[in-house]
Amino acid sequence: MMSKTLDIRVARGKAARRSLPLPALLEPLRSPFVAVTRTLVPPALGIVAFLLLWVLVAQGSGGSLPGPVSTWRAAVLLFADPFYQNGPNDQGIGWNVLMSLGRVGAGFGLAALVGIPLGFMIGRFDFLARMSAPVISLLRPVSPLAWLPIGLLVFKAAGPASIWVIFISSIWPMILNTAAGVRAVPQDYLNVARVLRLSEWKVFTVILLPAALPAMLTGVRLAVGVAWLVIVAAEMLTGGVGLGFWVWDEWNNLNVEHIIIAIFVVGIVGLMLEQALVWLARKASFGEEH
Amino acid sequence: MERYVELDQVGMHFDGKKGRFVALKDVNLTIARGEFVSLIGHSGCGKSTVLNLIAGLLLPTDGIALANGREIAGPGPDRAVVFQNHSLLPWLSCWGNVHLAVERVFGARETLAQLAERTDAALALVGLSHARDKHPHEVSGGMKQRVGIARALAMAPKVLLLDEPFGALDALTRAHLQDELMGIVANTGSTVVMVTHDVDEAVLLSDRIVMMSNGPAATIGDILEVPLARPRDRLALAADPEYQRLRAEVLDFLYRRHARPEAA
Repeated sequence: MMSKTLDIRVARGKAARRSLPLPALLEPLRSPFVAVTRTLVPPALGIVAFLLLWVLVAQGSGGSLPGPVSTWRAAVLLFADPFYQNGPNDQGIGWNVLMSLGRVGAGFGLAALVGIPLGFMIGRFDFLARMSAPVISLLRPVSPLAWLPIGLLVFKAAGPASIWVIFISSIWPMILNTAAGVRAVPQDYLNVARVLRLSEWKVFTVILLPAALPAMLTGVRLAVGVAWLVIVAAEMLTGGVGLGFWVWDEWNNLNVEHIIIAIFVVGIVGLMLEQALVWLARKASFGEEH
Repeated sequence: MERYVELDQVGMHFDGKKGRFVALKDVNLTIARGEFVSLIGHSGCGKSTVLNLIAGLLLPTDGIALANGREIAGPGPDRAVVFQNHSLLPWLSCWGNVHLAVERVFGARETLAQLAERTDAALALVGLSHARDKHPHEVSGGMKQRVGIARALAMAPKVLLLDEPFGALDALTRAHLQDELMGIVANTGSTVVMVTHDVDEAVLLSDRIVMMSNGPAATIGDILEVPLARPRDRLALAADPEYQRLRAEVLDFLYRRHARPEAA
């Protein structure tokens, strides 16, 4: 039954090739074209649909929401001079992005320095896992901004307080994913370590670290996502230079084009951070069959 | 003959949620230096548990397990294990996997060049010199298992413990590796304990076959001497009446005297 239908298909293919030689000849040329259309057309269509929707909503709002064209014009002007400085509350978009990235980098870096080793310990030693479980489960679901007053109280300054918020909100994914990665290290590898009687340091460097690296990087990726989400909100409250503050400042100026631009900038920077870490994770993963 | 491994009234039980599970009971076995012993039995009969007890990965809950006259208190490189699923570290090359073991066992006494030489020699022994820089996922299942054997042999262990080493391989590769293992064991004079469920493998390779009864509370049902002359040739043995007799005895033990109560 199966072979019969297959035969028919093969015969049909042959006949088609004989009667229509041109498409067959074009086949190698056509397939990369098909591949390109398949990867490029759907996203392009999505963006076009989004822009159309935006135009419709903007027109429906009667001018209160700027459309794509006026936003584009404002963006061209804005990005013409991204690094101007007119006093502390009026600086170029480039400074705002860099300041936000700097805070995310500081808070996130500290969280990685504390969270990853902590995750390793929790994953390796069951006692520590049981000990930390209630504290982590209690603190993890807390909204990041709820930590801001504590930061302001302790540090008495806006900058360190927003770094603190980034730290406390991005540490959990790193602790939990690293611990899960260490716990998921196959028992076979640990049996190898036991038979060889490897030292705890050797077990860490040769087995635990490489085996847990993919899970660890997943945690880092989630943490960067959280940190970038939180920074805009934190800066809205703390002020200074930064994307969040800029959004709030432009809201006070009723410069809606700039708010929309800020949304795009936040989205694009977040996407780039995410992609960089996806790339890093791919570099670090091995062709494992497990 | 020098006794090398001694199990004396060894028992093993696990305490779980459903109460105590007795895996092994009253296991008595002595293995001499240079001997090749197979453990055979139905799945769940505790043959791997016996191997893990000798390896030190498990400690007996009853009785005494001795290696080289000393009580087995944990795993150690003098009892190298070839794991069923090869257990190579995927981020190290074949060479790196063997070198890790060599470095641990001989690192304190030998120079880097000597360690590298040992690693090369172990890979050459299993015919994998050409794949030294490949990673485990780049080589076939048979080659991975050979790296596992090379890693174990490179440790110059007093006992080589094989846990169904060829179980996951196709029949042709398995036969090839069995022949290679016979050659290596003949050259090195290793003491080997192998867990298997393959009757032909057991008869072909072993000096003695330890046949285990079914669990729970499994124990040694019978021990069969295999007096076939070495070197053994699988083609010549296929027609050998003595080989046929031994094979029939193991089959009789497994499928008549100790058939699985509820055949799965």
